[in-house]
Amino acid sequence: MKYINNIGAYWLLMMKVFKKPVKPDVFRKQLWVEMESLGYESIGFVVLISVFMGAVVTIQTAFQIDGPLVPNWTVGFTVRQSVILEFSPTIISLFLAGKVGSRIASEIGTMKVTEQIDALEVMGINSASHLILPKIVAFMLINPVLIIFSMFTSILGGWVAGVGSDMVSSNDYIEGIMIFFNPYDITYAMIKTVIFAFIITTVSGYYGYKTTGGALEVGRSSTNAVVYSSIVMLFFNMILTQILLT
Amino acid sequence: MIEIKNIYKSFDGIPVLKDINLTLYEGQNNLIIGQSGSGKTVLMKCLVGLHLADSGQILYDGRNFANMTENERKNIRKEIGMLFQGSALFDSMSVEENVRFPLDIFTNMTKEEKLERTNFCLKRVDIIDKNSLFPSEISGGMKKRVAIARAISLHPKYLFCDEPNSGLDPKTSILIDQLISEITHEYNITTIINTHDMNSVLEIGDHISYIHHGELWWNGTKDEILDTDNNELNEFVYASKLTRKIKQK
Repeated sequence: MKYINNIGAYWLLMMKVFKKPVKPDVFRKQLWVEMESLGYESIGFVVLISVFMGAVVTIQTAFQIDGPLVPNWTVGFTVRQSVILEFSPTIISLFLAGKVGSRIASEIGTMKVTEQIDALEVMGINSASHLILPKIVAFMLINPVLIIFSMFTSILGGWVAGVGSDMVSSNDYIEGIMIFFNPYDITYAMIKTVIFAFIITTVSGYYGYKTTGGALEVGRSSTNAVVYSSIVMLFFNMILTQILLT
Repeated sequence: MIEIKNIYKSFDGIPVLKDINLTLYEGQNNLIIGQSGSGKTVLMKCLVGLHLADSGQILYDGRNFANMTENERKNIRKEIGMLFQGSALFDSMSVEENVRFPLDIFTNMTKEEKLERTNFCLKRVDIIDKNSLFPSEISGGMKKRVAIARAISLHPKYLFCDEPNSGLDPKTSILIDQLISEITHEYNITTIINTHDMNSVLEIGDHISYIHHGELWWNGTKDEILDTDNNELNEFVYASKLTRKIKQK
């Protein structure tokens, strides 16, 4: 029953969020601020994780696939496919659900318990739309950029690890990266990325906005935001994969 | 002027406000007093629309707020300024941005005009050269003053103050009270102040209403409150040793 209530309350909040902003130029300004805080400030985090992720995938693949019948480009090919199809769009988005989701929920939750949201409402401002909509739009725009960054740096990390440890030659790795490339894989990854960005921001916004109480409840909202946005994301990952790849 | 007629409000079937009838006068400090949990804050939240009353009327100069659509309410809200208990300044904005925020949203003023109005409001509350500081960098008393500056930036007709003295030392409390009172009389605002501070009552109370267990028990002036024969109100007024000593003298 609690879950049904939450789903209902989530959609009611979304109906409040997707309303025309009071002033378009205030919305635009807010959008830039959110793109910077949710996107630009996540680049270092994404790059770091992606480099290690790419390196590990390369080492694992090279270690597992070794034999005279396996072509030399297999390592590069496997790294590219894993990174583009799943690791960058899904795993990095999961990490971002932790970073961005907890930030959104704790920011909005703190505003709720310190009456800042009441202050907006008393002024006649739709607080849900004013606070959550710029975050949704900003992250839906910036998450694909972050994931493209992640794809490049993962593949680069894989090259450094593979070539550096002498597990694969540079030419074989690069050949594997380019062979049988299907541009639709990128489209598939980008569609997932945009939908994941929507899930992360709206679920986290919802948990932040429904916070009542004090610091303890802000912490709880932040945790719930990360847990539920991750679960919903993984559920939709399965559905999207089924729809888009079959 | 705000007229409150037969307001009822309950939460989960438990009545919090019971048949409140009250008139709040223009150009006066209308103080609503009562113990913690008496229903003062709920009444104020009903007045500004943060809670919807179960029944009754709230008339803002004859306009019934309780029956309005959300869009009609927005127009009234533009005439309202509110000072929250914890100031409720936006953490991510500087002092200047906080005061300018209502102007950014609701006016078509130029940058220069907005800056001029912002500086005027800040100067009016004695905040000078603090424009670039953030709420976390200023004291509690300063936060209250910045919140007052934000509340008056759009020339409100109605000013709501929820426990304006909470968390402040006695001297700063008096300064905040005096500031609210000066602004009320200067701009002829209908000011409603929730408080349980008897110093505020005696300092600035033009019209005082006492709420007890969600009911309006007493109405009067600060001169009348000291001589009332209402037992519950007397218990509230003379709760502290200091006020009891004053009475004995």
